[in-house]
Amino acid sequence: MTLALLLAATLAVACVIVVALPFLREPEPESDALEDLDDEERRRLELLEARDRALSALKELEFDHRTGTISDEDYRAQLGPLRRDVASALQALTAAEPGEGQPPGARN
Amino acid sequence: MPELGRAALLVTLGLSLYALVAGTAAARLGRRRLARSAQNALVASFGATAVAAAVLLSALLRNDFSLEYVARTTSRALPTAYTISAFWGGQEGSLLLWLLVLTGFGAAAVTLNRSWARDLIVWVVPVFAAISTFFAFLVVAVASPFATQPAPLDGAGMTPSLQNPYMLAHPPLLYLGYVGLSVPFAFAMGAILSGKLDERWLVATRRWTLFAWAALGIGQLLGSHWAYVEVGWGGYYAWDPVENAALMPWLAATAFLHSVMIQEKRGMLKVWNVLLVILAFSLSLFGTFLTRSGVVNSIHSFTQSSIGPWFLAFIALVVTVSLALVFWRLPRLRSPTKLESPVSREAAFLYNNLLLLALCLAILWGVVYPMLSEAVRGEAVVLGRSYYDFFLRAFGLPLLLLMGIGPLIAWRRASLRSLATTFRWPTLVAVLAGIVLLLLGAGSSIPGLVAYTFSAFVLATIVMEFARGTRARKALGATTWPGAFTSLVSRNRRRYGGYVVHAAIVLLAIGIAGSSAFDSVAEAKLRKGDSMRIGDYTLVYRSLSERSGPNATEIRATLDVRRGNRDLGTLKAGKNAYTIEQQVSNEVGIRSDRLTGEDLFVIAEQINPDGSVYFRVFVKPLVNLIWLAGLVFLLGSVITLWPDRREQRRLVARASEVGIPATR
Repeated sequence: MTLALLLAATLAVACVIVVALPFLREPEPESDALEDLDDEERRRLELLEARDRALSALKELEFDHRTGTISDEDYRAQLGPLRRDVASALQALTAAEPGEGQPPGARN
Repeated sequence: MPELGRAALLVTLGLSLYALVAGTAAARLGRRRLARSAQNALVASFGATAVAAAVLLSALLRNDFSLEYVARTTSRALPTAYTISAFWGGQEGSLLLWLLVLTGFGAAAVTLNRSWARDLIVWVVPVFAAISTFFAFLVVAVASPFATQPAPLDGAGMTPSLQNPYMLAHPPLLYLGYVGLSVPFAFAMGAILSGKLDERWLVATRRWTLFAWAALGIGQLLGSHWAYVEVGWGGYYAWDPVENAALMPWLAATAFLHSVMIQEKRGMLKVWNVLLVILAFSLSLFGTFLTRSGVVNSIHSFTQSSIGPWFLAFIALVVTVSLALVFWRLPRLRSPTKLESPVSREAAFLYNNLLLLALCLAILWGVVYPMLSEAVRGEAVVLGRSYYDFFLRAFGLPLLLLMGIGPLIAWRRASLRSLATTFRWPTLVAVLAGIVLLLLGAGSSIPGLVAYTFSAFVLATIVMEFARGTRARKALGATTWPGAFTSLVSRNRRRYGGYVVHAAIVLLAIGIAGSSAFDSVAEAKLRKGDSMRIGDYTLVYRSLSERSGPNATEIRATLDVRRGNRDLGTLKAGKNAYTIEQQVSNEVGIRSDRLTGEDLFVIAEQINPDGSVYFRVFVKPLVNLIWLAGLVFLLGSVITLWPDRREQRRLVARASEVGIPATR
């Protein structure tokens, strides 16, 4: 009983320390604000996703055509729109480039 | 040390509550250290739960009958392996296992993703914490595994049907599946709450969802095999409410795993995907409720208890709050892309989703209807096997066909002329298979024949995809054919692992169709020396023996088995009489033909004092393909789950372009 209570108390104290650790490590931090993506960065992330999606779709179409899963007819019908998707995604990304003094990765 | 177990669970409850409140406050107020503290609380809650689990396991192994749970679920004579499985054999222990897996998964998922998706994780923590608070509350206040009593000399033992090696793996796998679905749910809700509706929540949870889905799938197959060899009624799936309880979230998760590809490839179906995640998680809670509340009579439902109302309230809360959140974020979840053609891969995936969902809801209605009828009319009206079989055929057969169609259609739009070219060979194979099967007499069951024909179609498409892909890889520079094949699979593990899973489903369909549509049964009361025939098998009852096992008296009838003129040896079937549990179980005799996949299945239904035995014998063609499907399913799941370095590099590059820490 006594041993059990002692172990229980040790467990509770250990958990409290773990929970309090961020405050113990940084009692007076320079900033306690959560790092968050701003609207520009969020928009950029969405554009990067759109770019990767378009590139991946193009790559898959090429491979499916090479394997014969996609016929020549379907390939030709889709190649143009997919290339346009890639081009417009890259264009949008270029337009959304961060300005001088705000390089990507500066948040690290 | 029940005090330590109780205290550890109290600590878990406190930590979960803290993670919920502090996590929510940190996310709302934007406080970094408080958010980190809440994350630490979630991680620590796993440690505290692990201590409680260790205390219970130790009590089980020490036969500490001063714990009510240990006395109720074990006995001194119970073999050690089953004593360990008693951890999840009863209600309180299985709820503790839920909590252990939940806090473990929560801690792991948050820790692995808190660097690259920290703005999302801030909101994921309180969602996880809310779920763990509920389960911690249950094991602290409603169904504690550490309730004590004056220790009796021996325990009540374990239900005989649970004393089976499958019980060491089947329930934990189902729990890994049920609880694993909490990860995509927590991340989906976290994404909605934080407004971070980009792809990261999908990427962060993809492997968790696959893992949970695979665990549920394998767990169900192990459960089916357990029912087949242990329960002794001659089948492997009875549409039992608790079996259905595991099938429903698996179907919803299957739908999600398909529709999420449309979101990743085309940016469509964002609302639909979140709804599927909510459905899968709610159904996993519902499954636990069915198993543990005692609301349904089932071979798997071992207890009448007071946790039912708590569970129902929690499920209602989860559904209401999550749907309200989806409604709140609806404008931001709408997709700018629309379905371009009803003949396209995304359309095929959508049809697949609708069929899976329809099957899932039909099963849900079958499970819920008896409860509703009992509540309204005072009499439980159970929907029988024919109800479920009807919907399995109505929705399952088109689903089977779609497995072959989907992968061969182009994204966006496919021309009908292309379809004719693409499907020429698979259709030819399917038609030929159908004709051959008709000639072999498979026309006695039309659904069975259709299932076989569709299976041939799907298998042909899978073989074709692998063959064409390998050829293309070889042409692109692979030096050897095995190298080309390996390169093909490793470059797109999800796609080709998915095909392997499809092959497993085809094997499953063939096994189910063969063993249910084309099986045969014979019954006879035999005295020693008498024989009976079934198909081309002849069985001669030779002797009856009795011996004392570790915790049961084992009675076995020995039969000589012949097929035509060939002697196939002997088969034993009988019963175990469990001394402490005061129960009798059927111990069936099974002879498997490895070449044809057929089983001869013998049940000694009634053993009479004069030594005569009433036998029920089944011949189940192709039934072993069901178990083989489990192995293939496992292989496909491992391929899809295997880390993809190319994808990792792409994600890291994308993250670093925005300035998110490039680690995961």
